[in-house]
Amino acid sequence: MYPSRFNYESPKTIEEAIALLTKGNGEAKILAGGMSLIPMMKLRFASPEMLVDINNIPDLNYHRADADGTFHIGALCRHSDLEKSSILAQHQPTLAATAPLVADPIVRNRGTFVGSVCHADPQGDWASAMIALDGMIVAQGPKGRRTIAVRDFVTGPFQNVLASNEIAIEAIIPATKGIRFGGYLKLERRIGDFATAGVAVALELSGASVIRAGIGLTGVGSSTVNATDAAQSLVGSPLTSEAIERAADLAAQAAQPRSDHRGSAAYKKQVVRTFVVRILTEINSTKTKAA
Amino acid sequence: MSLDEIKIGGMGASRRRVEDNRFIRGKGNYVDDVVLPGMLHMEILRSPLAHARIKSIDVSAAWAIPGVRLVLTGEMMAARNLAWMPTLSYDTQAVLATDKVRFQGQEVACVIADDPYIAKDGCEAIVVDYEPLTPIVNPMQALAPGAPLIRDDKENQKDNVVFDWQVGDKAATDKAFASADKVSKLELHYPRSHPSPIETCGSIADFDRSTSKLTVYMTTQAPHIIRAAVALVAELPEHMIRIISPDLGGGFGNKVPVYPGYVMSILASILLEKPVKWIEDKTGNLISTGFGRDVYLKGELALRKDGKILAVRMHTDSDHGAFFSDAQPSKFKIGLMHSAFACYDIPAAHLTARGVYTNKAPGGVAYRCSFRVTEAMFFQERMVQAAADDLGIDQAEFRRVNLVHDDDFPHRTAFGFLTDSGQYAKCLDIGLEAIGYKDFLKQKEEAKKRGRLLGIGISTMTEPLGAGNSRAYDILGIKMFDSAELRVHMTGKAILRTGAKSQGQGHETTWAQIVAHELGIPADDIVVEEGDTDTAPFGMGTYASRSTPVAGAAVAMVSRKIRAKARKIAAHLLEVSEEDVEWELGRFYVRSAPTRGVTIQDCAFAAYTNMPDGLEPGLENVSYYDPPNLTWPFACYIATVEVDPQTGVWDVLKVVAVDDCGVRINPMIVEGQIMGGLTEAYAMASMQFITFDSEGNCVGSNYMDYLLPTAWETPGFELHEVVTPCPHHPIGAKGIGECATVGGPAAFVNAVMDAVKDTGVRNIDMPLLPDRVYEALTTKKDISGFPPVKTDA
Repeated sequence: MYPSRFNYESPKTIEEAIALLTKGNGEAKILAGGMSLIPMMKLRFASPEMLVDINNIPDLNYHRADADGTFHIGALCRHSDLEKSSILAQHQPTLAATAPLVADPIVRNRGTFVGSVCHADPQGDWASAMIALDGMIVAQGPKGRRTIAVRDFVTGPFQNVLASNEIAIEAIIPATKGIRFGGYLKLERRIGDFATAGVAVALELSGASVIRAGIGLTGVGSSTVNATDAAQSLVGSPLTSEAIERAADLAAQAAQPRSDHRGSAAYKKQVVRTFVVRILTEINSTKTKAA
Repeated sequence: MSLDEIKIGGMGASRRRVEDNRFIRGKGNYVDDVVLPGMLHMEILRSPLAHARIKSIDVSAAWAIPGVRLVLTGEMMAARNLAWMPTLSYDTQAVLATDKVRFQGQEVACVIADDPYIAKDGCEAIVVDYEPLTPIVNPMQALAPGAPLIRDDKENQKDNVVFDWQVGDKAATDKAFASADKVSKLELHYPRSHPSPIETCGSIADFDRSTSKLTVYMTTQAPHIIRAAVALVAELPEHMIRIISPDLGGGFGNKVPVYPGYVMSILASILLEKPVKWIEDKTGNLISTGFGRDVYLKGELALRKDGKILAVRMHTDSDHGAFFSDAQPSKFKIGLMHSAFACYDIPAAHLTARGVYTNKAPGGVAYRCSFRVTEAMFFQERMVQAAADDLGIDQAEFRRVNLVHDDDFPHRTAFGFLTDSGQYAKCLDIGLEAIGYKDFLKQKEEAKKRGRLLGIGISTMTEPLGAGNSRAYDILGIKMFDSAELRVHMTGKAILRTGAKSQGQGHETTWAQIVAHELGIPADDIVVEEGDTDTAPFGMGTYASRSTPVAGAAVAMVSRKIRAKARKIAAHLLEVSEEDVEWELGRFYVRSAPTRGVTIQDCAFAAYTNMPDGLEPGLENVSYYDPPNLTWPFACYIATVEVDPQTGVWDVLKVVAVDDCGVRINPMIVEGQIMGGLTEAYAMASMQFITFDSEGNCVGSNYMDYLLPTAWETPGFELHEVVTPCPHHPIGAKGIGECATVGGPAAFVNAVMDAVKDTGVRNIDMPLLPDRVYEALTTKKDISGFPPVKTDA
């Protein structure tokens, strides 16, 4: 397939990239992993006049846990870097559960975490994990940097709040006050397929009691669903089976799926419900075993 | 003294595939790798609508783009009498639309330019004014009273029926049904699927005005048929047409038909006098070229209490899309559908088959099968399982009661085919033993008590492979024989050419093994060439698992002709009469003095340096082989599954395959074919289908929506073999390329249906996507008859 004509730029610094985006005046696109952009260009669904390839900008490929408990993921950190990370599982169980389920191994080798969140596909896995974790995106533009909570960052399907000359340079997961537990489950028709439905759960526990909860839902709304009522219902009490069932029901209610070739709306809600139960039950048994 | 046949790479050697040496190095030579001087590039503009009248086409903006050399529309094709072309099924198909578009993705115009980017820009610049018409997306709509007429281009076409056909003995069947203890009924849809070779279709046409020669590099499984079609349709002289089918990146039946893109590239090259390359993009391939399947079944079995099947009644409605372009060589309108139930001893059978036009791409190619045999065997094995359940008889036992016995061959099937050999019960027994049948039934009962759903599915079938024999099978009147030409050089090395065309089957490896078996020339000393009509003998190409049954037989026969001549040379060299010469692998010797002998290589050298008086020099020959019958391999596939009652997801626990394809030339390649086929079977059962929304939009136009399983989700397979040599094939071989694709899907579906049996659900149409299984489990209703597209709107 043959995309429309475009200019290709390969800046060496973030400042240079921002200048190019400014020059592009809304018709330039950032190329990081390109796992969504390139297919859209080859199908001519997207025809940007300029590609600003940020792969040659140094020091953007990292993920690290800081001493203050925050977790940072740079703009060029690939999905596979997270999948193979030696530190992710101990700090971020929700992300660690998500990493091996993102797309397929080929996409994971090139695609980036931050790029995936920016792409704001309602079927994106990372966005659900970020919603569940209250994650943030750091954007840099001509006037400097700003930090935006992911729940405010995505404004609709394939839409975010970045100005046309801003670059998302980092994702941040805030520190926890308790002990982290989490999980991610997704139903896909085939590995690499978009989710029929997916559920990300992030919990912080103090003793037996849940002190913070987040639940993000993949593929069951026009953007990633933040199941706040379901999450909130878990806070302040232990993970009893009644609490789990209640949260699952509320999460299924929060889902706004459409019927399509991946399944009916009712079916997708059922999958959400089942997955919430399964993740929370698994957390409960892990917690019990650990104790 | 005799050679070790395995060591020289003869029959039975799991010889490594010689063609892989270049493929794994990226040195294959596919159509898209061919670059000719001055070559231009063609792109096709396709219809976004499934059914619409073309009011106008404005190509002026395309012509204005620098680098655009030619823009073709239907009107321009019509001026040259090329807007329509005949199909291999005696229908007509639009090359470029003139009056209406009849399916989404139909060819509307094409642009030839200096590079493919400009050609694509040119297509985008063309403005077409469409008047939308009501789309028809399934046979029910097509047959409804007052349905819009799709083929209003055809005189005397008053409705959307392509054919209405029947076979079998209606009276005997009706009588058997009247006396049956029980009648088991089942309605099914075998969904539309796409063969989906990794390499799409493409061609490079190169017309040279100075020599009047037309050379076409083309992704075709049947280059000689293409040459014949070009000669007969375009009325170009046959000796001035050269079709070259280089390495093919898969075919699976997709590359048998003649596609509009080929015709356009040829016309463009003639008009521009430059080579014109057309490489179809993936979406174009998925939405417009040769689909398979899309058949609805109403099936009934007349049963006796003890499990004996008394009669079969089947009615099929097949969806052929906008043009009837099935590439199948039989006289039967629905191909070999009536090969159904060939492995069972059934007194009476009757099939009615109706084909309809719809606003979908032309379908009906034999996707890795022998002309509707896949549908036939799937319907058969689903009906068999439902009948066993209806009678409350164990599904393995039910099959055993009805399978043809070993001593009943040759056996005339209820629909009239002649099967000749097999050990059906033995294959079934091996399969049951391998899967641990009795233990699994116990496990299943135990699991049920804990709310888990286990299931086991069996599929047993024999299928007719190797079209054909010339009395019953032809394409455009050309008989379905095949050919081999063997030329042994002075030093005993050889080149073999056949009329078949490998597209992944490994002919370069296996043909040499047949020659090694017949002549004792090491397989490594034989090079195999196919696909160039200027050099290969005339043959009908590779599909329908016909290469080994037909071309492979020709390879054995031509080798025997060579051996007969070599025997005369050997007698001359040994100074004895021909009658005193004996043959062992690779060597002639004197009967009375076995140590006195000459090798086949000695004979080859003498054929050029020391031939006997009265014998022509050289050592080469050609054979055309017309098989006396189809070959009938047998297979037993068994799968076990577990269904998740909360999500409808099902996992395969184990798959066992028992294949009897007669004598195996290269066991490794046979096993590869079976594993590939089982993968496709799993794909059909679990995920793979092309469907259409109510507007006729193709849902499945790319690999995100059209799901092909990869190594990540494909289960493992345990393979077993039984060998019953084919009685009429020179080396006892039967076809194998398609058995698992044909017989496999029912094993998976039967397993899932077995798991959900207690709900009363008798059928879920393929693919058994989790949402459909869940819906059936919770509603306790069959999901049959319509492709699953649900939308909120």
